[in-house]
This record gives sequence, structure tokens and C-alpha cells, in this order.
Amino acid sequence: MDKSIVLAGAVGLIGVIYWFFLGKKDEDGQVMTDVKITVSGGYSPALVKVPAGKEVTITLTRTDPTDCLEEFVIPDLKIKRSLELNKDEVLKIKLAKPGRYEFHCGMSMYKGAIVAI
Amino acid sequence: MTKTFPITGMHCASCAVNIQRVLKKMPGVTAATVNFATEKAQVEYDPEQVDGGKMNEAIKPLGYEIASEKKVDEVAKWKWKFIIAGIISTVSIWGSFTGMSWILLLVLATIVQFGVGWDFYKTTWASLKNRMANMDTLIAIGTSVAYGYSAAVTLFGVKGEPYFDTSVTIIALIVLGKWLEARARGKTSEAIKKLMGLQPKTAKVIRDGKEVEIEIEKIIVGDKIRVRPGEKVPVDGVVESGETSIDESMVTGESIPVYKHEGDTVIGGTLNTTGTIIFTAKKVGSETMLAQIIKLVEEAQASRAPIQKLVDVISGYFVPVVLMLTVATFAGWYIFGSVIGGMLAAIAVLIIACPCALGLATPTALVVGTGLAAQHGILVKDAQALEIAHKINHVVFDKTGTLTEGKPVVTDIKGGDEVLKLAASLEAGSEHPLAKAILEAAEKAALQLARVEKFEGLAGKGVKGIIGGKGYTLGKPITETEEIKKLESEGKTVVVLSQVSGSRFQVLGVVAIADTIRETAKEAVAQLQKQKIEVSLITGDNPRTAAAIAGQLGIKRYFAQVLPADKEKAVRQLQDEGETVAMVGDGVNDAPALSAANVGIAMATGTDVAMEAAGITLVNKDLRSIPLALKLSRATLWKIKTNLFWAFAYNVVLIPVAALGLLSPILASVAMATSSLSVVTNSLLLKRIKLS
Repeated sequence: MDKSIVLAGAVGLIGVIYWFFLGKKDEDGQVMTDVKITVSGGYSPALVKVPAGKEVTITLTRTDPTDCLEEFVIPDLKIKRSLELNKDEVLKIKLAKPGRYEFHCGMSMYKGAIVAI
Repeated sequence: MTKTFPITGMHCASCAVNIQRVLKKMPGVTAATVNFATEKAQVEYDPEQVDGGKMNEAIKPLGYEIASEKKVDEVAKWKWKFIIAGIISTVSIWGSFTGMSWILLLVLATIVQFGVGWDFYKTTWASLKNRMANMDTLIAIGTSVAYGYSAAVTLFGVKGEPYFDTSVTIIALIVLGKWLEARARGKTSEAIKKLMGLQPKTAKVIRDGKEVEIEIEKIIVGDKIRVRPGEKVPVDGVVESGETSIDESMVTGESIPVYKHEGDTVIGGTLNTTGTIIFTAKKVGSETMLAQIIKLVEEAQASRAPIQKLVDVISGYFVPVVLMLTVATFAGWYIFGSVIGGMLAAIAVLIIACPCALGLATPTALVVGTGLAAQHGILVKDAQALEIAHKINHVVFDKTGTLTEGKPVVTDIKGGDEVLKLAASLEAGSEHPLAKAILEAAEKAALQLARVEKFEGLAGKGVKGIIGGKGYTLGKPITETEEIKKLESEGKTVVVLSQVSGSRFQVLGVVAIADTIRETAKEAVAQLQKQKIEVSLITGDNPRTAAAIAGQLGIKRYFAQVLPADKEKAVRQLQDEGETVAMVGDGVNDAPALSAANVGIAMATGTDVAMEAAGITLVNKDLRSIPLALKLSRATLWKIKTNLFWAFAYNVVLIPVAALGLLSPILASVAMATSSLSVVTNSLLLKRIKLS
């Protein structure tokens, strides 16, 4: 009986873990030219929408001391910045083509994306 | 008090002496010792009179800086955490064997769990809020289970033995790994930090006839700047007066100081050694060669290597999958084994899983590889170029300006001064290197050029025009005489001057031009061939001249009589034959061929290093940098592959071992602590590669 309960509990917990971490859906945000991203346990918001062909300002503020989040990389734009704790890092970028530009931390653990529309 | 400050920007022992002298002069400083090798300054000072900030301000104008306190704190933070956790862990292990009071063990474990390990909880909580997880999450859960169970046994009499030594030792070892990793990671980006530290902070500018020292940001194009021996050239420019030798090794990788006199280009960040010069600033701020190099290296380090794609996919699923495996491990053990066995195996799974090793595998090798290349005057545009470069098995060299100096001179004139005069008149408006040679020869002979009407350039074939009512052409020979054959077999380029009347061509004379082969060309070709890379030559010259030049350099295959627009076709032809081709050119005339090649390698011209069409740019014009660049790309790729193999194999092999209960949580933490460190250390070993 005990074993059945533990087995059922384990299957349920695995399901919860899957749903919690992997079942996330992209947030539906507004298209903005001035974006603020808080860097703490990931990127908030992790998905930002910007207009293509216009200069946009992205301000990153890291409040989480974990080493992983110190580096911020947008590989397709060849941008890498070191984010100092509790200090704003301002990026001015212009995405000529509409598309999805992924960004991540130095070790590619935390991810997000800029979508140019 | 005495404190050690890390210093950046030092590139020689005399820098250390300079910093020491400045620091010692500061009020409040009683003693200062600067060590170049360790890049540290040990300063004895009165903290009421002076502090690190003031010292930084004092040495900044010399081009040095006290390294960011934040970075130092990062390493120091982990060091102190390890010292505390290490001592408590030793006491806990000893206490567990000698029957120390469980309450005392609980107190010690609590200090480590919520003091030393607090950051793991903070990060976990912040991540969970974003529905994300990382390695800290695994450590927080793993150690909390061991600690929580042990606390329950101690405080509430739950059946069993406490495992305080496990939770404490895991944290101590993880923190040790973090400390060593933070130290090693700082070293991976040393190359670019050195480049950044090269530019001096001030310059001595001559304004209104007086020499004034101004901040480098205030220099404007056209400023006259004086540089004395031992001082650094602040920005790019052209020497106005004086002569000297300049050590350009830090920017171009060129090891021998370069002699400079009036009219020569000087590069910002390089070191003036012997004489005093005055030069005119031509490029300032982000336009300087050094600024361009730093930008290119930074961009390359931010780019994504194609090999990284798989890692990116895996890393997104890694931690959630490990959490699921942990639950499955516990359930499996509960059903088929014991609760305690299940708990220990589950903790071991959580602790041993190391996503960081995977995450660090590519970026650390890339940062070390591109940094090392930049130090040798090799600028790699992005990770993709580096990754393809390691597969290159055929290098095509453009002849003029690449294998040769690009400064041809007239060696033979058949037909006397009249032929030279007419040839020079026809070429007067042309920018072609061969035209320049003819014009120089005419100038040397003090010939008066004639006026040309209806001038027309025939791409890759020559020029035509009317002088004094008569039509002339100057270009490649249409018919071959014994004389022309002889000149061409000596590797000379021959142009024929003909008078045109209707459809009749009457040959008036012949001009032969030769270009000096670069000193480093032969050695570069030999080194490439030694690396089993095929080398070919591409030129607009006829087959005889091409064969002669190729023969002199030991090149077996050549493409002759190729028009500039057709160089690209030759590259594609080789690719169709199955070759992975690197095209070496000057980056200006042969941009299409450079783009068509798998990797385009351009020789930088002047102080312009941003070559759009090139995957690799050579700052130093030393052709031996090509075999070097290919060797370095192979070495970097090898490091990335071994890192990835190690990181994958580590997780794939050890997670099941831990799940089966064959690994204690403490051993798991030892493995975990060494895995990331070994990846970073492996990347750092790239610095030991013999490049010369």
C-alpha cells in the first residue's frame, strides 16, 4: 500500500515538475521601445517585444548575486555584457529584421528572447 | 595597514616600477611593492589618509588600474565561505566518529546551511519565482534534505542517524569548487583585459606652441602629439617629425620593434622605445585600431559557436530532468530498497548533476582561444569562423599585395624613355599597383607626361587612350615573343604598349614589372604544407609568371589570368572539388572571393582592421600568422570538444551511478566541485600551446 502511494506520489511530482518548469508559455507582452528587464533568478520579463527597424533601449538590472547571471549574452547580435549587481546596464539596439533574438546568461542556463515585430 | 591590490594594465617589469614609484609618493603610503608577475601591489598605508580609490586615481593616468573590487570580492567571498565551511565540516566529521552531541552538530550544521549556504537559497527562490532552476537549486534541495532529515532525527526523535556531516561537507566542497572556479574564470579573459589596459589615459599635445597634458578623450583629429622614449603612443596617427623604434608587439603581435620616421603610421597603445617623435592624430576614440581590435574580440567572444547549439537545447531541460530523476530514484529505492538508501541516492543525484560544466565548456575555450589569437595579431570575427577554420584543407593566396609586398617596381623597359612616357601617361589616372610602378619609374626618369584623351580602363586587361591624336593601348601581351616569355619566366609581369590604327596593333615597346615577395611568404607556405594543407596561388598574371612565382614559393597549383571578378569562381571551383577553402587577400579588391571562401583571411591595411568580408583578419601582415591561426583554431576546437565530451560523459555516467546508490553524497560533491574546475582549467591550458 505504502509503495503504491509513494509510486503514485512520485509520478504526480514528476508531472508537477514537468508542468512547472517545462510547461511555461511565452508571456504575451506589448511592443515597447524602452524595455526594463530585472535579472533575478532569470529574466523578468523573459520575452520582450520590440519594433523592428527602430532603436530600442533595454535596461538590465541585476539584483541576484548568483555568478551565472553576471554575464548577459545576445549571440546573434554579438553582444556580451557584464552585469554589475544592482546597477543599470543600458543597451541601445536596432533590430533591422523582424525575428526572434535569444539571449541568455554566460552559461546558457537562464534564457529569454527579444522578438522584433 | 597593509593590503594587496590586484593591478591591471601592466605589460612589462618597468610598469611595476612606475606604479611603485607613484604609490610611494602618495601621502599616507609608507611602503609599496608591485609585482609584475602576479599583477599585484602590496601597499602599507594609513587608511585615514589614503584608500584604494585614491591610489587608483593616482595610477590611472599611467594606464593602469586597480582591478574592480567587485571581482576581487567574488573570489574572496567564496574563499572565506570555504574556510568557515571547511573548518566546521572537519569538526563535524570528527564529531560524528567520536560521538559529539547531536545538538552541537546541529548548531554547527545550521551555521553552514543557512550562513555559508544562504546564497543557494536566495538564488533558488529567485529562480522559482520565474519557474526556472539552476545548479544552486539542486544544491539547496540536496543539502536541505540531508539537513532536514538530520534535524528531525535530533529534535523530534525520528528513527535513524543524523547526516549533518553530509550536508556540511557537501556545502564546503561545493564552495571550494566555486572559489577555485571563480579564480580560474578570471584568468580566461586576461587577454582582452590586457588589450583594454594598453591605452594610456593622457597624452602630451602641442597646442599654441606649448606642450600640454590632456586626457586621451579630449584628443581631436589633427592634434600634434609628442611622444618621448618610454611613453605610449596615445592614439593612431602619422609621424610628422623625429624618428624612433616602436614596440608594437602588444597590439600586432610583431615581436621586433618597428622603425618609424616621417610619414609612417603609428598605432595607439604601442610603446615608444628609443627616440622622441611628434605625430598628427588621425584616428581617435572608437576609431583607433586598438578600439576596433577590442570590439572585434569582444564580439567574437559573444558569438555562438555552431557546436554550442546542442548544449543550448540540453541546458534548457537539464535541471528539471535531474529533479525528475531524483524523484524517480527515491521512489525506486523506496519500492525496491530502503528509505535511507533512497534519500542518500537522491541527494547524490542532485549533487552530482553539473550543468555548469556543460555551460562553461564552449565559452571558456572560446574566450581563451580568441584572446590568445588577438595577442598574436590574429583577429577572429566570430566563433563560427573559428569553428570552420579548423577544417580548412586548402589555402588560396592572392598574389599581389598578399604574397608580394604590393609595391611593384619597373625592372625592364624595352623601347626607351618614349615607351615609359606614353605608358605612364596612359596610367596617370589609375590606382592599380602596376600603374603606380610605371608612374614612379617615369617620375624617377623626370619624364613629362602627355595629355590623354578618351581614356578607358579595360577591367583586368589594361587601358587605352588617345595621345596627340594617336590611339594607344597598354596591357597584357596578346602575342608572345621570346623576350616576353623570358621576362615572364622570371616572375615578372609584362605590359605591352601598342599603337592602334584601325584594327592594326603595332607594338612599340614592353615594360616589365616585378613585385618583391614578402619575406615571410615562403615560410608560411612551408608551414601550411607541413600541416598537410594544400596551397595555391591566384593571380591575374599569365601562366608563365604565375608558375615562376609559385615555383619560387614551393606552391604546386596556381590559377593564372584570373580577372578580379573571377577569383570567386576559382574559390567555388575548389569547393566543388570537395575542398574546405581559406582565401587570403587584402580584403579590398578580393572581398567577393573572401566571402565565397569557407573562411576569408584578410591582411589589414593601415590601421583599419574591421574587414567585413573576412572571418579572420591579420593585423601584423605576417603571413606566418595564417598557419598559426589555423593551428590555434584546431587547438581551440579540440578544447571545446574535449570539454563537451567530459561534461556530457561526466553527467551521463555519474548520474546513473549516483541513482544506483554506488556513490555517497560526499563523493558526489567532490566530483561536482572538480567537474566545472576541470573544464575551466582545460580551457586555460590552451595558453600553453606552442604557437611559434
